[in-house]
Amino acid sequence: MAEKVLMKGNEALAEAAIRAGCHHFFGYPITPQTELAAYMAKRMPQVGGTYLQAESELAAINMVLGAASAGVRAMTSSSSPGVSLKGEGISYMAGSDLPALIINVQRGGPGLGGIQPSQADYWQATKAGGHGDFQVLVFAPSTVQEMVDLVSDAFDAADKYRMPAMILADGMLGQMMEPVILPEAGEKQPVEKPWAANGHQNKRPHNVINSLYLTPEKLEDLVLERYERYKVIEATEQRAEEYLVEDAELVVVAYGASARVARSAVNKAREQGKKVGLIRPITLWPFPKDTLKAAASHVGKMLTVEMSMGQMVDDVRLAVECKIPVHFFGRTGGIIPTPAEVLGEIDRLLEE
Amino acid sequence: MAIVFEKPHALTDAPLHYCPGCTHGIVHRLVAQALDELGVEGRAVGVASVGCSVMSYDYFACDMVEAPHGRAQAVATGLKRARPDNVIFTYQGDGDLAAIGTAETVHAATRGENITVIFINNAIYGMTGGQMAPTSLPGQITQTTPYGRDTNTAGYPVRVCELLSTLDGVAFAQRVTVDSVQNVNIARKAIKKAFQNQLDGKGYSIVEVLSTCPTNWGLSPVEALDWLRQNMIPYYPLGVYKDVEAGVKK
Amino acid sequence: MAKIIVDELVCKGCSMCVNACPLGLIALAQEVLNSKGYHPARLMHPEKCVGCAACATMCPDTAITVER
Repeated sequence: MAEKVLMKGNEALAEAAIRAGCHHFFGYPITPQTELAAYMAKRMPQVGGTYLQAESELAAINMVLGAASAGVRAMTSSSSPGVSLKGEGISYMAGSDLPALIINVQRGGPGLGGIQPSQADYWQATKAGGHGDFQVLVFAPSTVQEMVDLVSDAFDAADKYRMPAMILADGMLGQMMEPVILPEAGEKQPVEKPWAANGHQNKRPHNVINSLYLTPEKLEDLVLERYERYKVIEATEQRAEEYLVEDAELVVVAYGASARVARSAVNKAREQGKKVGLIRPITLWPFPKDTLKAAASHVGKMLTVEMSMGQMVDDVRLAVECKIPVHFFGRTGGIIPTPAEVLGEIDRLLEE
Repeated sequence: MAIVFEKPHALTDAPLHYCPGCTHGIVHRLVAQALDELGVEGRAVGVASVGCSVMSYDYFACDMVEAPHGRAQAVATGLKRARPDNVIFTYQGDGDLAAIGTAETVHAATRGENITVIFINNAIYGMTGGQMAPTSLPGQITQTTPYGRDTNTAGYPVRVCELLSTLDGVAFAQRVTVDSVQNVNIARKAIKKAFQNQLDGKGYSIVEVLSTCPTNWGLSPVEALDWLRQNMIPYYPLGVYKDVEAGVKK
Repeated sequence: MAKIIVDELVCKGCSMCVNACPLGLIALAQEVLNSKGYHPARLMHPEKCVGCAACATMCPDTAITVER
């Protein structure tokens, strides 16, 4: 039986990845995710894996592209400005149908921004990870235990659908310590990857991993095939937690670190007899539209709480198809909203 | 009669899309011959880079991966670290290797990645239609240096073998050309050695091949060979710049 | 006794083999256009070919097979 250990979020992500069979990590230092790389540097040699500090985030993501092409589980991690640089490789991996894991421990932006926690990369993660028509699987943990669990799920989903997956965390989750139960290593069998470029051994035609198609019809066909896969993912992989939603007049929608704050505010509101619930998206793409749409049939209004100027709120509005008003409250620049601030917003909306 | 010269096995039957007389084709053949002679086609994975040679993934019969522009050696690093038993090579042009991919090149070299790098230096961007390359010569007229490359504003060409041979991680660096039968044979040996080094675990090996681009130079294929001899070789001297095994360091 | 076989469909008429043949035995067949629109290379004096493979060595399209 696995024991409970106290771990920092960044380190838990790293250990979970190793236990999920990822023995190839390529990264570049950036606050506030550096503990992840440092942990990998210590652990990878112990498991016979690769830790490589690349010359840039560009190089790191393309090393991941290479390792993923060879058919192994590979990952990189960074924080917001570094993930912008990885956008090139993410697009190429999507265009080459390569599975891999990218971790973004978000900090404030734009530009060099700050080093405090943020959720301002929601659009980048879910809509604009790079050029071209594509999606990335995006998972949003809100506890250290969930960071552990979702790393494994993200690798599995990436392999299953042959596409990049991202863990969208933030500096708060990365830096905080919580007790976690880690899975045993090697619980899962590696997935067969007959498409991998690992040498044909004179036994099969050569495999080519590429994203260049100069014939528009061919490129369109490939993108259409990819979007058929995305449809399946949207139908089957949406995940969200519902908390006290059933009788709620107002539902707060929040993910990741801001969901922790929102939950405190919801608990406080319930103590005061107010009918308030929480929907916490766990997958940001596919966005849990079905859960939100269903809630919109019996909830009066929604309030999204984000550590940004309001990005996910757009997806919430689309999901509820404008049936109910969707409000937004957020702090940005690296400021974590307080439960009292959120409760104040809840009170204001309930009195409207 | 016996066949004394034929297409190597490690080249597919796909007809090359290169312009008439483009020496990419010669170098493709030399790489394929090396894979054949060393018996490693089945273990080889090539990395195609952005530029005219991007579609080399259709021409080499081994497994192939297309890298984003400039990132071939980062991709090769990932491939090699994932599967050290595979024989990994990149095939890159001058824009890819010495402009947009300079950081990836220098750092793969300084890490001593155990890979083989085939570098085509033809002093021009071919695929986009003849713009200045990092290796375009002073005074060379290109689409983006219509008055000739002015070193005051566009700087000087990058000498890749000289640059890389200063790095401790590099095992082997040789500049060759393919303008004549004799030089093709020298290039063939250099490329084979660059692969043999990888098999022997010696580390980073690069062969820079001075090549022609008749179309964008505005010359016939045979005239282009003359231009290469008269202009490129003096600026980019041929020879072994580094060979750790033989103790050569220029 | 030697000969070269030029794959006329693959040949792009670049003349590199013409230039490389030490005996000057190869020329472009001006009366022939291949499907790509090029005049392919031809061995004009087969009886004189020594099979040195200089032409094949310089052919960028690996269009030449040499027998000896």
